Amino acid sequence: MKQNSPAERLVNGLVKENPTFVLMLGMCPTLAVTTSAINGLGMGLTTMVVLALSNMFISLLRKIIPDKVRIPAFIVIIASFVTVVELLLKAFIPFLYGALGLYIPLIVVNCIILGRAEAYASKNGVISSLFDGIGMGLGFTLALTVIGAVRELFGAGEVFGFRVMPQSYVPCSIFILAPGAFFVLAALTAIQNKVKLAGERRGKDMSKIQSGCNMDCAGCGESGCSRRLVPESVSEKEARNG
Amino acid sequence: MSDLMKVSSNPHIRSRVTTSNIMLAVVIALLPAAGFGIYNFGLDALILILITVATTVLTEYLYELAMHKKVTVGDFSAVVTGLLLALNLPSSAPWWIGVIGGVFAILVVKMLFGGLGQNFMNPALGARCFLLISYTSIMCNFDCDAYTGATPLASLKAGESVNLLNMVIGKTGGTIGETSMIAIVIGACFLILLGIIDLKISGSYLVAFAVFLILFGGHGFDPVFLSAHLAGGGLMLGAFFMATDYVTRPVTKKGQYVYGVILGILTGIFRLFGPSAEGVSYAIILGNLLVPLIEKATMPRPFGKGGEKA
Repeated sequence: MKQNSPAERLVNGLVKENPTFVLMLGMCPTLAVTTSAINGLGMGLTTMVVLALSNMFISLLRKIIPDKVRIPAFIVIIASFVTVVELLLKAFIPFLYGALGLYIPLIVVNCIILGRAEAYASKNGVISSLFDGIGMGLGFTLALTVIGAVRELFGAGEVFGFRVMPQSYVPCSIFILAPGAFFVLAALTAIQNKVKLAGERRGKDMSKIQSGCNMDCAGCGESGCSRRLVPESVSEKEARNG
Repeated sequence: MSDLMKVSSNPHIRSRVTTSNIMLAVVIALLPAAGFGIYNFGLDALILILITVATTVLTEYLYELAMHKKVTVGDFSAVVTGLLLALNLPSSAPWWIGVIGGVFAILVVKMLFGGLGQNFMNPALGARCFLLISYTSIMCNFDCDAYTGATPLASLKAGESVNLLNMVIGKTGGTIGETSMIAIVIGACFLILLGIIDLKISGSYLVAFAVFLILFGGHGFDPVFLSAHLAGGGLMLGAFFMATDYVTRPVTKKGQYVYGVILGILTGIFRLFGPSAEGVSYAIILGNLLVPLIEKATMPRPFGKGGEKA
């Protein structure tokens, strides 16, 4: 797949750099709102809308925004979209607004959004930035929905509100409480690492799915990676841009 | 000649104390408490203990088999975990509570962190707290054929009077192994005589807890209130068998006193000011989490290090 093409960006966000299971970003909403599948889905989609729109606008404005004040500028753009989305949710989907509560305004400080603005949208074109936002948002939505579904399954015996477990099943309520979020996130991350390692052992090229980052940023070919251990200094950036 | 030339690295003198010896001694020391629990609560208690122990041992065996690790079931540590967990369950709990707790204790708390010696938290207590949060109503249902109604600690919290003699002997409601102070102390004395545990942690724990109660209990120095709190709930079981767990206690001498005092204060806070009547298990697992910090702060300095700078 061509670098920075829309399809490549979508796959990147969903699998290769899944914000939750691979980049481990945005842990606060991931752990806090995934008490049920529907909450996870709602949070994920809300974040995706903000992410896609803010990525697009930041990419549009990337040549106008001065480097020194880029973070405040990004925050202003992100906060505007979050406010729009918040008001829309309040007006049209009040039950979701009630369930997500405080976590909607907190999307402003979700590090996935600022991370993608800084690592990708401020350096790349409008279309690829838009699709980067959608891809990352879809990855986030997928992760949150899966975590929410597993927690709801064990904690309430239901998925999306439908009874799955037999009636005699006694819900294990720790799963819909805070510790359950950690258990489920850790278990799902372990499973996807296991799948990746098994694939590597069979000799499959898993370099495209760099979930287990080897922390060797110097020898890493990833572009637009928000995991970089050493942030690029201004002088380095100038040297790279000539 | 060749007999004399046997060259080996140190250590040359080996102690006969092994992990399995220690664990076996702990199992024996727990038998009075378990026996009294079975006498007190009947066949249900025995079945629950057997199921829980079988689950912990089987879980450890299967995990090690599946992960191609050395099978360490023979060191009895899984038996100790299972027995301690079972003693912390009410006899009215259904069988699957023991199974879930046993699997959680061994798989999540112990094996996932690397097995015996690597777990940061007492597996039995971790599982108990997991069950307590998940199935509060089952875990707090102390009704059985012999006793119905509130546990002594709950009555104390409500300001009612309790029968102190029954609490010391153990003829009250509660989890299987916690009720009889006498049976637990007999087991603890056995371990102390063998030198497996000492009073550094248990003593400072109980003393700190008593001092905290005198200061903040609202009863001043009231022997009845004080001894009821000391004999009630899981305090004795926790102080002698859980807090002294080799893996999750501090290794430094000073640290062990600090650890005991922290546990005493936490237990006091949970019992007096917390929403529930009991707080020993939460106090000990919170204490477990503080152990690395305690050890760091109390690490003894090698002779000659530090001191005045030239």
